[in-house]
Amino acid sequence: MTGPTSPLERAEARLALILVAPALGVILLVALVPVAATLWEALHRHDLRLPWLGRPFIGVGNFAEALGDPRFRVAILHTVGFASVSVPLELALGLALALTMHSAVRLRTIVRVAALLPWAIPTVVAALVWRFMFDAQAGVLNASLRGAGLLGPTFDWFVDPLAAWVPIIAADVWKTTPFVAVLLLAGLQTIDHALYEAAGVDGASSTRQFLTITLPLLRPALIVAGAFRALDALRLFDLAYVVTGGGPGTATEPLSLFAFTALLQRLRFGYGSALSVTVFLLTFAFALVCVRMLGRSLTEERS
Amino acid sequence: MRWPHVRTWTPRPAWAGTPLIAALLFPLYWMLVSSVTAESQIFESPSLVPLGPSLDHYRALFDERNFLVPIRNSLIVAGLTTMVTIPVAALCAYALARLPMRGKSALLALVLAISMFPQISIVPPLYLILRELRLLNTYPGLVLPYLTFSAPLAIWLLTAFFRQLPRDLEDAAMLDGASRLRVLRDVVAPLAAPGLASTAILTFLYCWNEFLFALSFTLGPDRYTVPVAIALFRGRYQVPWGEVLAGAVVATIPVALLVFVFQRRIVAGLTAGSMKG
Repeated sequence: MTGPTSPLERAEARLALILVAPALGVILLVALVPVAATLWEALHRHDLRLPWLGRPFIGVGNFAEALGDPRFRVAILHTVGFASVSVPLELALGLALALTMHSAVRLRTIVRVAALLPWAIPTVVAALVWRFMFDAQAGVLNASLRGAGLLGPTFDWFVDPLAAWVPIIAADVWKTTPFVAVLLLAGLQTIDHALYEAAGVDGASSTRQFLTITLPLLRPALIVAGAFRALDALRLFDLAYVVTGGGPGTATEPLSLFAFTALLQRLRFGYGSALSVTVFLLTFAFALVCVRMLGRSLTEERS
Repeated sequence: MRWPHVRTWTPRPAWAGTPLIAALLFPLYWMLVSSVTAESQIFESPSLVPLGPSLDHYRALFDERNFLVPIRNSLIVAGLTTMVTIPVAALCAYALARLPMRGKSALLALVLAISMFPQISIVPPLYLILRELRLLNTYPGLVLPYLTFSAPLAIWLLTAFFRQLPRDLEDAAMLDGASRLRVLRDVVAPLAAPGLASTAILTFLYCWNEFLFALSFTLGPDRYTVPVAIALFRGRYQVPWGEVLAGAVVATIPVALLVFVFQRRIVAGLTAGSMKG
């Protein structure tokens, strides 16, 4: 880019700075400085319950403690595991929903409202509804499964370390699949219909049309949706907190929840900050990969 | 591009979407039905249609649990955050979309990156700062943290929106000798109203739904927002499901209304923000 030349351009560039400044200031103040501060805090021993110990600098001591903490290692496993199970499910179901929304012309409005509702409601509400449906006594799910003879009378999803993930993942899939579908639908609508007509004239079956036209042309939209979902899944907090509380024990505790507990329940701010930093790094590393993949298409569009 | 005279790809009968709609709506329907079902019935004989519906849970919600307090808190915090966010974000977004500037793409990338921040990663310093400023358990103590996600979200959506606006009118006004600020006020602002509205709606929704910050930076029921209040409902012996679900229904109502009224704009906002980059 060459520098501004004419007086008008210089005036415009100055105006641009003035317009951007407040937003930049806000972002700096409430987002960037705090991230740096978390990193700094993570290098100290800081226990709000033991204020007389002060806040000594201990270098990477907190990170070393985390690495030796089995609860930390399991929490990472939970976070990554949750993302790698729920995101593919959401992409597949989201694609199915998008195709339905695309073809169900007459029902489009009602489908759109039905799809937007789960996405738009508070995560806490989604969490409570699914916890209620999976509840051992009051839940509609266990009642029906028991009725069909598929489940023992005492089965409780929230007591089994692995089964407890099912309501969390079900709630996440239900809540976010519509979002994926809306993104994919926008992608579908940009595909030139003439392609399908041509393929139809050539006698290509609809499966073949899907595989050779829809899927390849939808790839960018799939990457965007998958990236958004994965970044969101890696910071899983609300659902785990409300559906299972991380339990039984710590069997469904993701990294964010472990960090929250260390911070606001045990008030170990140094250690909790170190855990928060690892959530950040995990997300950041993944985001870098996504930006690499998406960056090209973004810059192409801009020029 | 779509062709008006050709029906959409593989047209299916109108009922094809029905099972999907049913699957999407059932949990919400079940929540609504259970919230008007007596506690004993919820446990003993759940029924698909409400038998003898009663509003007891709602009465208990507002009389015994003071649910108006979290509703008021949520409205104030979400409203304030939206009012602070939109003007700041709109100015920034206009500059990013239209004016010459160095490092534009870097700034946009930064904005997107921040909207992807895991919230937990800034909870510790925000907690310590808010505690120092005695802002824990106050409205500003929530509005400030909320700006971390509302500002990037609004900037991102509005930049995409401003880029889609036709440039000609602005250029014509500039040629007529209007200053850029005047163009912004007299030409851009009226055109931008729909975009500003949908961005404001989405910002409000995100604030209304937010949980982690509200859980971290409020200390008691007097400042709990709606999600925190219903997540922390406790009964004496067991989960008071009737009241919890009634609270969940109340938390859903404003969201449902916004979705019904603004569904097109919401979809436009979502897709503009993610597809048009």
